[in-house]
Amino acid sequence: MNAPRSAVIVGGNRTPFVKAGGAYAQASNLDLLTAALDGLAARFGLAGQQLDEVAGGAVLKHSADFNLTREAVLGSALAPTTPAVDLQQACGTGLETVLYLHNKISMGQAEVGIGAGVDSASDAPITVTDGLRRALLTANRAKTVPARLAAFSAIRPAQLIPVAPQVVEPRTGLSMGEHQAATTARWGITREAQDELALASHQHLAAAWSSGFFDDLVTAYLGISRDGLLRADTSMEKLAALKPVFGGPDGTMTAGNSTALTDGAAAVLLAEQGWAATHGLPALARIVDAQVAAVDHTSGDDLLLAPAHAVARLLARQRMSLGDFEFYELHEAFASTVLATLAAWESDTYCRDQLGLPGALGSIDRSKLNVNGSSLAAGHPFAATGGRIVASLAKQLHARGSGARGLVSICAAGGQGVVAILEAV
Amino acid sequence: MTTILEQLFYSAPGQVVAGKLGLPEPEVLRRGRVGPAGPVATATLAGSSLGTDTVAILGVDTIAALVDDGDELPAYPQRLGALVVDARGLQQLSELEQLRAVLRPAVKGLQPSGRIIILADDQVRGIEAHAVRQALDGINRTVGKELRHGATTNLVYVSADAEPNDLTSTLSFLLQGRSAFVDGQSWTVRSSAAAPPISERPLADKIVVVTGAARGIGAQIATVAARDGARVVCVDVPAGGESLAALTNQLGGTALQLDITAADAGERIAAHVASRYGEQARIHGMVHNAGITRDKLLVNTDAARWASVIEVNLAAQLRMNDALLDGRPGGLADDGRLVSIASTSGIAGNRGQANYAASKAGVVGLVRALAPELAGRGITVNAVAPGFIETEMTAKIPFVQREVFRRTNSLGQGGNPIDVAETIGYFLDPASAGVSGQVIRVCGQNLVGA
Repeated sequence: MNAPRSAVIVGGNRTPFVKAGGAYAQASNLDLLTAALDGLAARFGLAGQQLDEVAGGAVLKHSADFNLTREAVLGSALAPTTPAVDLQQACGTGLETVLYLHNKISMGQAEVGIGAGVDSASDAPITVTDGLRRALLTANRAKTVPARLAAFSAIRPAQLIPVAPQVVEPRTGLSMGEHQAATTARWGITREAQDELALASHQHLAAAWSSGFFDDLVTAYLGISRDGLLRADTSMEKLAALKPVFGGPDGTMTAGNSTALTDGAAAVLLAEQGWAATHGLPALARIVDAQVAAVDHTSGDDLLLAPAHAVARLLARQRMSLGDFEFYELHEAFASTVLATLAAWESDTYCRDQLGLPGALGSIDRSKLNVNGSSLAAGHPFAATGGRIVASLAKQLHARGSGARGLVSICAAGGQGVVAILEAV
Repeated sequence: MTTILEQLFYSAPGQVVAGKLGLPEPEVLRRGRVGPAGPVATATLAGSSLGTDTVAILGVDTIAALVDDGDELPAYPQRLGALVVDARGLQQLSELEQLRAVLRPAVKGLQPSGRIIILADDQVRGIEAHAVRQALDGINRTVGKELRHGATTNLVYVSADAEPNDLTSTLSFLLQGRSAFVDGQSWTVRSSAAAPPISERPLADKIVVVTGAARGIGAQIATVAARDGARVVCVDVPAGGESLAALTNQLGGTALQLDITAADAGERIAAHVASRYGEQARIHGMVHNAGITRDKLLVNTDAARWASVIEVNLAAQLRMNDALLDGRPGGLADDGRLVSIASTSGIAGNRGQANYAASKAGVVGLVRALAPELAGRGITVNAVAPGFIETEMTAKIPFVQREVFRRTNSLGQGGNPIDVAETIGYFLDPASAGVSGQVIRVCGQNLVGA
């Protein structure tokens, strides 16, 4: 029988996150992911080392990037004999890659690996319309000139317009913001509460940067050494002046309390605890447990409240309560997503009818929420957010002391959510 | 940015004109762990065998030095690689003639990038002996100015009880291309209990920390330390993280992003070392390379400009040393090495650099004060003082001014970052245990600060 194995989070690295179309406009997913891996390799002395596996992914991905993570490994300082896999679960991708490596290490299938994620809204794949694509494929298959001309003749002018990717739910045709606007209204989340959460996110992130918190979490890229979306000087007044972008003219969701399209990459180094110790690597935290859940937004469920369900199941399995954490990292897709999730946990009705609990799950101490800022201030390169959160939380927990626990909650498109419990080693 | 004047100067006709004007294309210096191609001559003036014994340990074949005894000037049959003169024991002014007599044929016969190395007593007794000791310095500096084609001369004062082992790293450094841009200098080597034999990879498995490692001279220091076998910890501010990471990965070290002016910078360096290399790990070499300039004439220098330079260039390393020397895990090892960067601006002063000169002269004071304090722990403390070095920083100096700076030294050219790095590598060498409290100028014998 093998000795019990414990996978630990060694540390992380990410690029600074910047607004789409900004400083990384010419950088591809491959460039960004490679940069994140290289920064991680430098921090932990991994140059030339063969790791057991790198798991990575992107949400907006070119079809040519079918082996994105493997290609990034080949372009990085890691040994070219390091295998890699691409995973994808919308905005849950980053956390899922970490869980994938964690589980492999726990099972004895790996000793050391990296979970990573990247997204470049600047480098989003532009495709052709379905009609044009079918016509071109038909023409390609045609064996005679007349047959080929016939295939081309099927093309209509409107089909020549390129198609950019949209953040739209395929089954409802609604954008994520529109879905969230319905949730915001349903839960009665006020504009003021949303702006307060956004302000706190900026203030917390600014303080974390000033204190050097990110010195060992971020590596500069393309001359950028801080998160570009951060507005350290924002205020309730400035946020209140913004016009609503979702939910119609009376909506409460603005560019200030919704995440912007962002470019960036993040990576997390995981290792078996004993392996880490013998290889001179620190152990910050371990993953106690994790849970994924989905809601049926096609039938009217709140699109982004799946994490509320996942957390309920996770706490039940761990026999823990919502108050048992030192830190809460609730991904700020929108300020109202976080606030609606908290409201759902505080609602007897929702917890009873939707989560199958006897009553409300409870409240959290808001002073423990997103203490070093979250996606509203840092930005949200979809698949990179999980890595950002896990590495930062692991560092916070380690500083708090052995046994300190933190909760990670990330909502994802398709009505899904991934959550995890971290505990300081 | 290359100006038209600069392009013209470096064009073929421009170089012909430059040559006529006494600005010939400079000699390509011998660099690296490469000894002289020609033979090494040795001479003993007053019975000391330290020089010949040390050269013998280095495994260098030697010939007897020719002596100008008054008749026809003797000539070496082939170009001479180096002359090692052991002048220890010289007491009287009349004995200086012996030095002249061996120098004259050697200076004439020296090959490009050849070497003159003079050994002398560090401690002497009597007025005349002191005059002789100082006279040697004047001779050394003058020969440096007369040598051509990249040849250099240096003077090493040696303590009375020094053994050949104490001197091997110094003679090896001076003979090899590593000392290419060190010319006309003198420093002292003392006996030490701990000098191990020299090695091609003297820093094998030792941890060397370099601040300001992302670019320029710092990157070269880390590169040379890694070449010499060290596990390098490359430190720089987070803003330099991208190039820091690239260099670190190239050298197989670890990167630490850190503002050295942070109050806990030393603690964080030690914590990083203990975390990556184990609780028992200690730093062998700490190289305080990070530095900034905020140049203005003193009449235009405000408190902020003043403070930032003193803080980064001097105060920060004092604080870091305190933390690294208190015995904590990941701190500096006994028998370790502290190396700082002074500057010819600190030694000579430089218009518009009062703050910088203060910090760099302060480094000299720090080195001299700390060296005896740490001698008991086998820790050496030294500094290099670079002159004109070809870096991104000096490339921004206007062309004519840069060309003047670059050429106003005995080698007629600017140094390369690696020249500074090699001198630091000499300090870091475990075999340099007897070299402490020294400030070596890497300046090609610049006219400034002589």
